[in-house]
Amino acid sequence: MPQDGTKDSAKDSLVQFHNVNYSLPTAANIISDLNLTVEKGETLVLLGESGCGKTTTLKLVNRLLTPSAGEVLVEGRATTEWDPIALRRRIGYVIQEGGLFPHFTIARNVGLVPALSGWDQARTTERVRELLSLVGLDPDRFAERYPRELSGGQRQRVGVARALAADPPLLLLDEPFGALDPLTRASLQREFADLTTRLGKTAILVTHDVREAVILARRIGLMHKGRLVLLDTPERFLASDHPQARAYIETLKLSDGGGK
Amino acid sequence: MSFWQFLQLNWPELLLLVRQHVVLVFIAILAAVIIGMPTGILLTRYRALRGPVLGIANVMQTIPSLALFGFLIPLPFIGGIGARTALVALVLYSLLPIIRNTVTGILGVEPSVREAAVAMGMTDGQVLRQVELPLAMGVIVTGIRVATVIAVGVTTIAAAVGAGGLGVYIFRGLRQYDNNLLLAGALSAALLALAADFFLGLLERQFSFEAKRRSLLPKIALAVGVLLVIGGIVLSRSGDPSSSARVSVGSKDFTESALLAEIVAQMLEARGVSVERRFELGGNLPHEAMVSGTLDLYPEYTGTSYTAILHHAPIGDPRAVYDQVKQEYASKFNVEVSPPLGFENTFAILVRGDEARRLNLKTISDAAPHAPRWRAGFGQDFMSRADGYPGFSKSYGLKFAEVREMDLSLTYIALSSRQVDLIAGNSTEGRIATLDLFQLADDRRYFPPYEAVYLVRQDSVTRVPALRDVLTKLANAISTEEMRRLNYEIDGNKRDPKEVVREWLGGRGL
Repeated sequence: MPQDGTKDSAKDSLVQFHNVNYSLPTAANIISDLNLTVEKGETLVLLGESGCGKTTTLKLVNRLLTPSAGEVLVEGRATTEWDPIALRRRIGYVIQEGGLFPHFTIARNVGLVPALSGWDQARTTERVRELLSLVGLDPDRFAERYPRELSGGQRQRVGVARALAADPPLLLLDEPFGALDPLTRASLQREFADLTTRLGKTAILVTHDVREAVILARRIGLMHKGRLVLLDTPERFLASDHPQARAYIETLKLSDGGGK
Repeated sequence: MSFWQFLQLNWPELLLLVRQHVVLVFIAILAAVIIGMPTGILLTRYRALRGPVLGIANVMQTIPSLALFGFLIPLPFIGGIGARTALVALVLYSLLPIIRNTVTGILGVEPSVREAAVAMGMTDGQVLRQVELPLAMGVIVTGIRVATVIAVGVTTIAAAVGAGGLGVYIFRGLRQYDNNLLLAGALSAALLALAADFFLGLLERQFSFEAKRRSLLPKIALAVGVLLVIGGIVLSRSGDPSSSARVSVGSKDFTESALLAEIVAQMLEARGVSVERRFELGGNLPHEAMVSGTLDLYPEYTGTSYTAILHHAPIGDPRAVYDQVKQEYASKFNVEVSPPLGFENTFAILVRGDEARRLNLKTISDAAPHAPRWRAGFGQDFMSRADGYPGFSKSYGLKFAEVREMDLSLTYIALSSRQVDLIAGNSTEGRIATLDLFQLADDRRYFPPYEAVYLVRQDSVTRVPALRDVLTKLANAISTEEMRRLNYEIDGNKRDPKEVVREWLGGRGL
């Protein structure tokens, strides 16, 4: 089994999975025997087809789910020992289409976690403007609009801004760019890579798009049928002999070939 | 009288009924929302409760409203007659749409939105208040809207338990065969339902975040609607507070009973006693209300008390029946029986006048041979009571081709229009003469005597001495012919009962 080889440097790791299993009474194991360490400041991309357990892995981190066996540590503490509310407010969460609240204005969507955490109105407003600018949306134009008045790409930007609002050390992103057209997706991916580097955020991103994984990841974790079958840098991933990895790399070459 | 004239004459009363109606519906819906929404929220949290609770609410809605009122009347605290019983029934009816739409609305919130809310670190209460309820509100208001429209309809039935409202006109219209009353009651109820539907539709739009183009107009209309309702409630509360000399007078749900009650009411008012009229109560309601203390007095017939209340087998001697009733009411119910008023209202076995002359019929026995060719039409009351159809048909050996059970007031018309050939009406019914109906003599003295009397609580007489004076003055004061004439004034000439009574009292120097 591939390992990252940094077991002893727990102080530099933000998230650790120790022999994690997750199963439902009605189904076979969804996650089997998962060991994984996420370093501070890195962007880890979990790659795999639908149903391979990558989204489940993400939800184990912010305790939307809890492991059936083993444990998930965040900042050195098991998620089951965290107060779930406090844990979640330290973790930004972005899902496809943003998961924005349709009855909140953009400003209220972005300012949600600060407001929940008891920030005063002025500070929250200031932070919302700052974040909207950060994700490339003009606060004067967008703050008082509602999500349905925005395009898919703009909604996705708002989703990212909302996840960053309370300045959490960790971001979880579940196929954040999946529903966008290729051009918008490409530009958002670039901006996102810049942003995480600039802000020094740790991010776990889930995708089935190998191109996205290669562009964004410091390390790619390849998942198949609930198991982590490969974990390595994009360069070494592209050179891997693992049959699952080869299958993904083939699709990349095909589409590249078609493009040239 | 044209409908327009009717409206001009009865405008104040109609307005009062509309107000009662609106107040009943408003309070019932308010209570149903207060109970139903938290219940619905609870059901979204505890899946196992969902089936049973929605099932019970569903069953509630399938109970016919009149039957539900019937179940509630004997219950302590929530039962009895008047607005309270009606409200309980209305709330029970309104719960299902509100609970169901609360559940549907909350469960209908997009899972990704709910998940995002949880993942943002919202507590369950915050998810509910900030995300689920606001997003479900449109669906919940739809439920309230449906419940309100249903409640406006069901409230018309509430008149049967003395709660007032537009049903008073509808029931009275059915009884007196008066289309103006029916139309005024039904049309107003329909307009109320439409208005409620319109205003709640506006409210629904306020909660629909999809149509965010919030213009001021719906808000103003909504505010006007709310003000109207609140204004109505405030106005309806301005009734005089209960004084010590206050008497609650009841009546059964037919013209004569209401008329006799009105006579006492006006005589009491002339003596400075304030009167609460609880007229037109169905079935045995007046008796139960009097025994439970919500009613002080109502007119009754000795034969009815003897058989239907005291459960004795019918006998023919008027004196014996009166004495027995007087003695047993005193010992069992602490209720006093007034001296007889001077007339009987017995069952009158009626056939068409032309038929009676052609076949030379005088008595019920004369008619018995013709019965196998005849259809009979009887009211529900006659079909079920001890001195009614079963004993009657046995006593005279009657076998009809067909027996139809129908509303008593409709049997007269059914007979004269040849839908049926024999009915059991009331001997004081005004239409006997006007429709040319013939009363067959009870030659075997089957029907027990039905002398009209007033029943009054003993403690009420002690509390309000004027009652004794009124009842003494009314002893032997009304003959059968006079009663028939008074009934006809109201049923036939469609006159206002209060006016007819005032005129009669004036003419008699009472």
